[in-house]
Amino acid sequence: MTTDDQWIEQIYQQHSRRVLATLIRLLGDFTLAEEAMQEAFTSAVRQWRQEGFPDNPSAWLIRAGHRRGIDHIRRSQTAQHYSHLIDQPEETGTSAIGQTFDDDQLRLLFTCCHPALPLDARVALTLREMCGLTTEQVASGLLQKPATLAQRIVRAKRKIRDAGIPYEVPEAKELPERLPGVLRVIYLVFNEGYSRSDGEQIFDVHLSAEAIRLAEVLARLLPEGEVFGLLALMQLQNSRQNARQDNEGNLITLEDQDRSLWDQASIDSGFRWLEAALARTPTGPYTLQASIAAVHAEAPKASETNWARIVRLYNALYQQQPSPVIALNRAVAIAMRDTPADGLQLLEELMSHKAFAGYHLFHAARADLQRRAGNLEEARQSYERALGLVSQGPERRFLERRLTELEKFS
Amino acid sequence: MKYVALVYYQESIINAMTEQEWHDLNQECIAGVERLAQQGNFITGQPLQPVETATTVRVREDEVLVSDGPFAETKEQLAGFYLLEARDLNEALQLASRIPPARFGSIEVRPARELPPKD
Repeated sequence: MTTDDQWIEQIYQQHSRRVLATLIRLLGDFTLAEEAMQEAFTSAVRQWRQEGFPDNPSAWLIRAGHRRGIDHIRRSQTAQHYSHLIDQPEETGTSAIGQTFDDDQLRLLFTCCHPALPLDARVALTLREMCGLTTEQVASGLLQKPATLAQRIVRAKRKIRDAGIPYEVPEAKELPERLPGVLRVIYLVFNEGYSRSDGEQIFDVHLSAEAIRLAEVLARLLPEGEVFGLLALMQLQNSRQNARQDNEGNLITLEDQDRSLWDQASIDSGFRWLEAALARTPTGPYTLQASIAAVHAEAPKASETNWARIVRLYNALYQQQPSPVIALNRAVAIAMRDTPADGLQLLEELMSHKAFAGYHLFHAARADLQRRAGNLEEARQSYERALGLVSQGPERRFLERRLTELEKFS
Repeated sequence: MKYVALVYYQESIINAMTEQEWHDLNQECIAGVERLAQQGNFITGQPLQPVETATTVRVREDEVLVSDGPFAETKEQLAGFYLLEARDLNEALQLASRIPPARFGSIEVRPARELPPKD
């Protein structure tokens, strides 16, 4: 590769996402904007080689892309439909371009995460349009077939166009309703990456890193407490990445992790974001979950964990989100603060909840408390029940290991 | 853009209402339509008689087939519709969320489709 090519490659890496976000606004159509951007880059390679690099490459690319897009519209049969876009003044000024980029990125994120789109399409669109991943990379990251995923993206883009999903950041009064949906998509992307067992992906896609990057962009553009809270939560969870598995890919529980392997830089960053989140009231669910992760991060040893504080945080979280999974985690925290029997009593009360019938983590948690309480036969039955429901490889091996340990004792 | 808001609810909920509750709901709908009209969002709309009054018509091989009841048996029944003028889906959803039966039924919002020009 020549230096020129490297330079252009670098420009592409740096600016393609922002150029795309602005072109989508100017052209009002995802597919058209993508084509226009590719063509703008192609002509940039040709022209910059002859005439040298422009002062502001992004502005140049946006102008070129905008012109290409309008040419397409003029040539196509649907010219009438898009006539309002052709009459727009060209994007020429460079003074406010930084602000425009930011606004366009935020618009694009809210459009990709619109609740009128199916959840899996929101995740896929966000990865493709916001993170600049190719359809193949997104498919690999989400363990789906590229053809299926491409179909899903096409359908979502068609709905954005035909149903009139606007390309805009919701008004301030709608924001409290819409922001949780965006945060949910980002956290889903993070968890896709975080809970994934290694070695199954074809492309080297780090979904957790992409989610953190997205939240960082969002934190800069929309300084809301819960945005900071989510960022803190992801940083703190991500800090344990290297301690969560042994060399054979076996799962290591929080209790048994070698805490010296936790990434201190990630923890520090998590604490900084958490502090910023806590400065803004009301304290939302992501900030509370980050606070729980922070208690673990602060404990030098598992045995020194401040479980009383964790229980208090779970109480607050349960008040905001009375979900069965939070009730389960709260019961486990109470067991750790008091005795396994106290936790088991709470689990008995939750047992009849239909959400838990097929949820392996409920039975795994119950098995763990029964084991700690010394009810080995009951624990064995619960582990077997959890094993019958688990699908992920490392989790299955973890449960099998626990079961084998129990059988040695009995 | 034009959007149709289809109002669905379980008629059993309406049947269980007192006279007063039914009266209040109707008045609330009337006030809602007035507000939509003032804002320039209301094109037309109509509440419907209960689903037991529905008749379905099909034409197969030139034969007209008439049958009792709605086309599909669903848990919620179509109760009325609004044809709305809205800037985009966000505005249409916001308008639909203020249609009174949204509180106990559901509102399906669909963009209207224009027929192609006449040949």
